[in-house]
Amino acid sequence: MGVFEMVGTVVRSVFRKPATLMYPVKTAKITPLSRGHVVIDVSRCISCRICQKKCPSQAIWVEPKEKTWQINRLRCNVCNSCVETCPVKCLTMDTHYIPSVTVRPGAELFHITYVKPPKPEITAESKD
Amino acid sequence: MSRQIIIPFGPQHPVLPEPIHLDLVLEDEIVVDVIPSIGYVHRGLEKLVERREYTEYVYVAERICGICSFVHGLAYCQGVEGMMKIEVPERALYLRTIWSEYSRLHSHLLTLGLFADVLGFENLFMNAWRLREHILDDMEATTGGRVIQGSCKVGGVRRDISSEKLDQMVSGLNELEKEMKELTEVFLRDSSIKSRLCGVGVLPKKEAYEYGAAGPTLRGSGWSIDARKLGYAAFSKLNFEPVVETQGDCYARCAVRAKEMFVSIDLIRQAVQKIPDGPVEVKVTGAPDGEYFTRVEQPRGELVHYLKGNGTKNLVRSRVRTPTFTNIPPLVAMLKGCELADVPVIVHSIDPCIGCAER
Repeated sequence: MGVFEMVGTVVRSVFRKPATLMYPVKTAKITPLSRGHVVIDVSRCISCRICQKKCPSQAIWVEPKEKTWQINRLRCNVCNSCVETCPVKCLTMDTHYIPSVTVRPGAELFHITYVKPPKPEITAESKD
Repeated sequence: MSRQIIIPFGPQHPVLPEPIHLDLVLEDEIVVDVIPSIGYVHRGLEKLVERREYTEYVYVAERICGICSFVHGLAYCQGVEGMMKIEVPERALYLRTIWSEYSRLHSHLLTLGLFADVLGFENLFMNAWRLREHILDDMEATTGGRVIQGSCKVGGVRRDISSEKLDQMVSGLNELEKEMKELTEVFLRDSSIKSRLCGVGVLPKKEAYEYGAAGPTLRGSGWSIDARKLGYAAFSKLNFEPVVETQGDCYARCAVRAKEMFVSIDLIRQAVQKIPDGPVEVKVTGAPDGEYFTRVEQPRGELVHYLKGNGTKNLVRSRVRTPTFTNIPPLVAMLKGCELADVPVIVHSIDPCIGCAER
């Protein structure tokens, strides 16, 4: 039967700096692999909708005609599935978490600026 | 016979991290019967298997539980791999073993901390969670997620760990082991904890088996049953013995968890020594057809995943049997005859994870 089993730990904890962090005043610990939030490079997105199909929480919505890419940050569960499957690698994972909110912000809208390069014209010379 | 009264326990109760409802039938201060009911956090994740591709469902399977998430992902991937007869590279199997032992460490530290909180030992709770933070840091550095790792995939693992990082992890664990020894000494030797746990909620050996207890609840009652002995992932190549206690009370279940952490550290060390070089994933083509049962050892006990496919990209059925679900009948048996003041301690001694149990 032990009585003062924790004294050693308690004494050490008194002289140690706090184990907790004053988040959000101080930034949270992040590692290079941390999954924070998805970032899109609108100049490269080809509106293929693969990210929309592969999203397990249906947070991404792409409109190829209107050239928009939407993401609902509160639905997104930051699984990295879209980043892995994007064929042109226009999606990347940022290591910083999105700040917490008090009102539901709805979907975040991005306008895709990618323009498909024109096909080289087939002339009589190139056919030959 | 004295008058019987019914006291509702839960779904909202200060000691319960998750909602479970127990109707306690009392005679004076003694519990004579318990009527459990669940159904407060059902999310329909099993049905979702019909709407998500089998490669994406890993993310959903991982989110069945917020603590043993990696093990759920592992069990699901193992099931699909078994159905499609995929040979997973050796290195991926070892990495899966390392991560599943890491998740066992963090789950046991979490539950011991909460257990101390239930007993009213606040600073022991904070100390356990301080140590758990080191485990979570290593998890985040290797997989990208603190509790939802997302590193398991059908056909292998998503990320490799470099050998320098593996050595660093082992040396970190060596440091942590000393602090963990101090922590478990308090759980195993402190007189105030012993007086609260010894002889409380006794589950005899025979009843533990008959009611279908799993994991530390079963091993605390003297059965040496551990699904890791089946040899899934790389466990067949590592040496370990399941921790067994014979008393069957809350103290025994607490002791099993405390001692199992050191077995996990030893398993990680062995795995890091034996890990071979090579690829970590194979390319998966086609779609699963047939059905498959997998059994793995979660921190809370034996987990069973049943999967059925019909040759399309979506599976047709997934059934998950979680250890908490099977631990509810033993819990009812333990609670009968105990005092009302001991109910929170006994409920917590099975480490209830209701999110798992209801899926």
